[in-house]
This record gives sequence, C-alpha cells and structure tokens, in this order.
Amino acid sequence: MAFEPFKTLVSRTVVLAQDNIDTDQIIPARFLTTTSRDGLGQSVFYDWRFDEAGRPKRPSLFNDYNPDTHKILVAGSNFGCGSSREHAPWALYGFGFRAVISSDIADIFKSNALKNGLLPVEVDQTAHAQLLTTPDAEIAVDLEKLTVTLGEADIAHFEVEAFARQCLLNGVDPLGYLLKQTREIAAYEAKTA
Amino acid sequence: MSMPKSLFDKLWERHVVVGETPDAPAVLYIDLHLVHEVTSPQAFAVLDGRGLKVRRPDNTFATLDHSTPTLPANAKGELPFSTPGARRQVETLIANCEKHGIELLGLGDPRRGIVHVIGPELGLTQPGKTVVCGDSHTSTHGAFGALAFGIGTTEVGHVLATQCVLQRKPKSMRVIFDGALSPGVGAKDMALAMIAEIGADGGQGYAIEFAGETVRALSMEGRMTLCNMSIEAGARFGMIAPDETTFDWVKGRDFAPSGEAWAAALAKWRGLATEERAEFAKEVRIDASTIRPMITYGVSPDAAAPVCANAPAPRTAAEKHAADYMKLDAGRPFTEQEVNRVFIGSCTNSRLSDLREAAAVMRGRHVDEGVVALVVPGSEAVKRAAEAEGLDAVFVAAGAEWREPGCSMCIAMNGDAGAPGELVVSTSNRNFIGRQGKGVRTVLASPATAAASAIAGRIADPRPFLCDMKEDA
Ligand code: SF4
Repeated sequence: MAFEPFKTLVSRTVVLAQDNIDTDQIIPARFLTTTSRDGLGQSVFYDWRFDEAGRPKRPSLFNDYNPDTHKILVAGSNFGCGSSREHAPWALYGFGFRAVISSDIADIFKSNALKNGLLPVEVDQTAHAQLLTTPDAEIAVDLEKLTVTLGEADIAHFEVEAFARQCLLNGVDPLGYLLKQTREIAAYEAKTA
Repeated sequence: MSMPKSLFDKLWERHVVVGETPDAPAVLYIDLHLVHEVTSPQAFAVLDGRGLKVRRPDNTFATLDHSTPTLPANAKGELPFSTPGARRQVETLIANCEKHGIELLGLGDPRRGIVHVIGPELGLTQPGKTVVCGDSHTSTHGAFGALAFGIGTTEVGHVLATQCVLQRKPKSMRVIFDGALSPGVGAKDMALAMIAEIGADGGQGYAIEFAGETVRALSMEGRMTLCNMSIEAGARFGMIAPDETTFDWVKGRDFAPSGEAWAAALAKWRGLATEERAEFAKEVRIDASTIRPMITYGVSPDAAAPVCANAPAPRTAAEKHAADYMKLDAGRPFTEQEVNRVFIGSCTNSRLSDLREAAAVMRGRHVDEGVVALVVPGSEAVKRAAEAEGLDAVFVAAGAEWREPGCSMCIAMNGDAGAPGELVVSTSNRNFIGRQGKGVRTVLASPATAAASAIAGRIADPRPFLCDMKEDA
C-alpha cells in the first residue's frame, strides 16, 4: 500500500480536546460516495472547517495550521468511535496527519489507521492531559522506542500491536502476509468442508 | 480438566487457521462475507491492482443499501440517485460482482435490503459462523450465535483475497439482563439503557455476550436490535447463544441447511452455548424490569435517559458541547420538546416486528402537522410482508411516507436527510453530530417511541398510546 515506512515522527500538534470525536465528524457521510481513496483529505472535518457557503471558517485549527508542520492530532478520549469507514483514516492521512494521540482510540478506527500509515497512539491520562493543554507543541513520536517526547522528556510510553508495528516500520501491508498463508487456509477449508 | 468455554471461545477456536503469537495476530477464517457499495470499491481496486481473484465468491454476497435511493424509479425507470457519486458506487459494485462472480442482491432483486437485515432473512447468517462486512453494525448477526464483526475496507480486501482476517482475540464481557420487560419497553430500550450504564466506550476491546432471562425471552428481531447496538458501547462483537428461538427462525430459510444437513447443523449449534463457570473479564448485570422507554438527548449514544425524565443540565465540557448542539431545554420534560421529523428504519429497527410496533401506535391516528415521518422497511421482503398485513396503509393513512428499502436516514447519504436544526426522533443507532444531515439533532428511540413522537409532535412516551389500544380492543 502507498504509505511511507514510519519510524520517528517529529512534528507540531493540533489539539482537539473534545471527547468522543466520531467518524461522522472526521468525514461526514456525504463524502463517502467515492470509489477511490484519494482526495478525501480535502473533506476531513469538513463541517468544522467550512461554513454553510463552503467558505473556510477562521479561526479554525485546521485552516490556520500548516499540515506540513502539524502532522500530529491530539484528541479527547474515545477518538474515532462509530463507523468502520476507513475513509476516516484516509481523510486524516490525506490532509497530512501521520499520528493521532488520545487516551483511548476506538478499536476499528485503530485497526484501520494502522493499515494506512496513520499511527494511533494511546497514552496515559497524565500525558494526555499534558498534551491537551500544550497545543502547537513540537513532540516526537518514536515507533521504534514506543515513546512520546515533549522537549527533552519522554512523557509517555505506548503500545502498538506487534504485527501492525512491524508493518508500519517497514512500510509493508498485511495482505502479503495473509497471501503467504494460502496453504494453511486451503488445509482449513479442506478440514471444515 | 479443561477450562469451561464461553460461546465466544468456541466460535473463535473453530475459526483459527493460524494461531495468534506475540508477533502476529490469529488468521481467522470467515464463513460469510457481506459486501455493500460504500466500503468495497477501494478493496476491489486493490485486488485488481494486484491481479488477485476473490477466493470464495460462493461465501460472498453483495447488496445495495447505503447510497441507494428509497424513492421509486421515475417513468423512464431511472432511480433518483442523490449524487453522481452515489450512482457510480452502485454501478461499481454491480461491475465488481459481475467480474468476480459474486452474487449481488441488486436493484430489482426481491431479496435486496439492508445488509444486516437480509443476511439473517435469507438464512445466510447461521449459528457458529464467522460473519464480516465493511460496516460496524455487523455485530447484528451475533444474535444468532455467530461471530460477527465490522471491518475496514483494507480488511474487506483481505477477506476477498484470502477469506481470512488478521485479528487478535479480544477480552470477553457478559451483560446479563434479568427480569421481565414492562409493556411498551423493548430491545432498543435495553440497548440504550445498557449503553447509558457502561458508556460509549464501556465495551471497547471486548466481545460482549448478552445473557439472562430477559435476553432469552426476546424474539430474534429483538436480539438483533440488541446485538446491533453493541458497537455503540464500543464493542466490535455482540452475541447471544443460539437456542430454540434461533433455530425456529433459521429453519426453512433460503440458505439454511435442510434435511439431514439440518439435523447435523442443529447438533453442532446446540453445543455452542457458554458453559457454566466460563470466565469473563468483565460482567455487568442489569435489572430489565426497571427499564423504561429510553431516548438519547446528547450526541453520543450513552447520553440516554427515560423518555419520561427531564432534559438534564450539562455538567462537563463535553456535555455542554452536546447540549449546545441539541438545544433541548434543560430542566424541561423531554415530552415537551418539539419534533420536526421522525425516521423509522435502519438495520437496528426496520424489521417486520419493528414496523408492527410503530403501526400499533399510529393506527387510527395522524402524524402531527409539524412533523415529516418516514418509514423505511429494511428489505424488500420486509416491505412485502408489511404490505401483506396492511401496515403500509396504516402509515400512509397516518400521514407518514412509506419508502423503498435501504439505509436511508440512518446515514443520510442517499439523499434522505433532515434539514439543519431539525429535531429528528430516529430508530437508528447513531446520534452523532450531522449523522442525519448537517446540523440535524438526532434523538434515538424505539419504533414505538418514534411513532408516538410523530403523532404527538413532541418527544413522546409510547405507553399511553399502547394503553389506548388495549382499551379500544
Ligand atoms: S442502516 Fe445504518 S448502520 Fe445499518 S448498515 Fe445501513 S448505514 Fe449502517
């Protein structure tokens, strides 16, 4: 899949302190009538970024920050809840985000994000509170050491499912791995048929 | 002695192709893959890009529901697609199914419907199966004692190519409902009461088994409603052990085993139930006899309360944010809050029993003049059955619209949507900001509560309406 290997990301944060940011906020359903995964970045958080007439709202975090320098989204708890739409991580990635940090991230979103080069980072309450209250901070997210660093200090350690981590570190997608299991799959089918 | 096993343990074990290790998740075999137009095009594109074929087209079924219009075709036979994109999605799925030899229950097919309604209806969903779909409400199928869960589009591609997904086994949780439900209270109210209790992330990382006498007493439709809402508590999996109610429902359906195969299947299915003393990482008990008709008042499904309560004053920043959006008057009874639109439908509540429940309230009454009410059956089969018993006539006489099957206002991507600022009482599953149209304020409720609200023009407790019915009889 088309994403770069992920090792260490040093970038500034965009903070959305709100809890329960669901996939309908990340990408409203009316933008799902697409047959491609490209171009969704323009619609990310659309209703937060644009007014009724489609004009960019200002101030608006997303419209005021440069996606080249602000690749890390820090969000309130239960981020990405709701639908299984992979359009949500596609849109965040398309906009320029490479990592999302929260105290807890919804299961399906996490799984989808990991498959698309967007790192979901779950940190403890203390680090979460610190990041939420320090918007625009430059931080480092290290996928090899599994740490989040603010200034000189490692403020959090996080876990990433081992397999997904390897895939991300190497920029490979898991379909290749599954395709290598063809013999086992055929044996299972023969056994249960 | 081996450890006592839960339903979930058994379902999981039986589908492991390659076991889980610290380095890699389990390779889990999928028996039934349901596909729809919105989350599949990019997956088929990956397959085509790599020159791969669909491994088991015979275990894959597709339908059109999400961006499909619920208004009939015009005189020229053209469907009123909301956007060229919606039409393209439908055409893309038709082409992909043709190319890969997948059975499509497409436009004009008498078996078409919402993916989670038709799977069970056709007998495709069976106890003991693994079922996936690129839709988070796939947990619905767990009502049959199946291991059913929503997947993302990349995983849709994995299943198309290999019939497997990579998945680590989640922790297990049991939610036990005891006690008899009061009249006018149903599975949707149970689901909302549970989510209010454990929170929108209370089931995160867990597979939920619903158990207890109240669950056993539920019809299959009710069980599906309950499992459907598991994801609104954050749980990807929701399931109920199969029993006679399940077997009766499955028996005789198009894809159900028959003859000797039925007897063999039954023997297998009877062994699926959770064994005594099986352990759960988390257990919650709910006294179902205390549940009253429920509604949501916020923008997350756990903001749920009895319909007879007052709108609460927000306490936290998140609640304040939700209250600012919902604009319900704090301290005022919910039943005094004006309703603009009512939606009866979605994979949560669009089955025949749901429509009967709504019709029982609407029969002989009229929708308030300030309210637009939409009734959207879950499938062509539900539509036919409802029309055969005259439910459509009840709705139409009451001033509601009777539509073609589809997801409709549950996700509002086919053109069916509320207008900005409208308050919509909806039998669907998500009250997220903008879910039913930009600026729309969604109140989730049961079919009876939604129907009562349509009649009253305000959020309404369905029980008085149902009492009247009894007095009339
Ligand atoms: S009715 Fe709603 S929740 Fe159900 S499948 Fe359709 S969009 Fe998804």
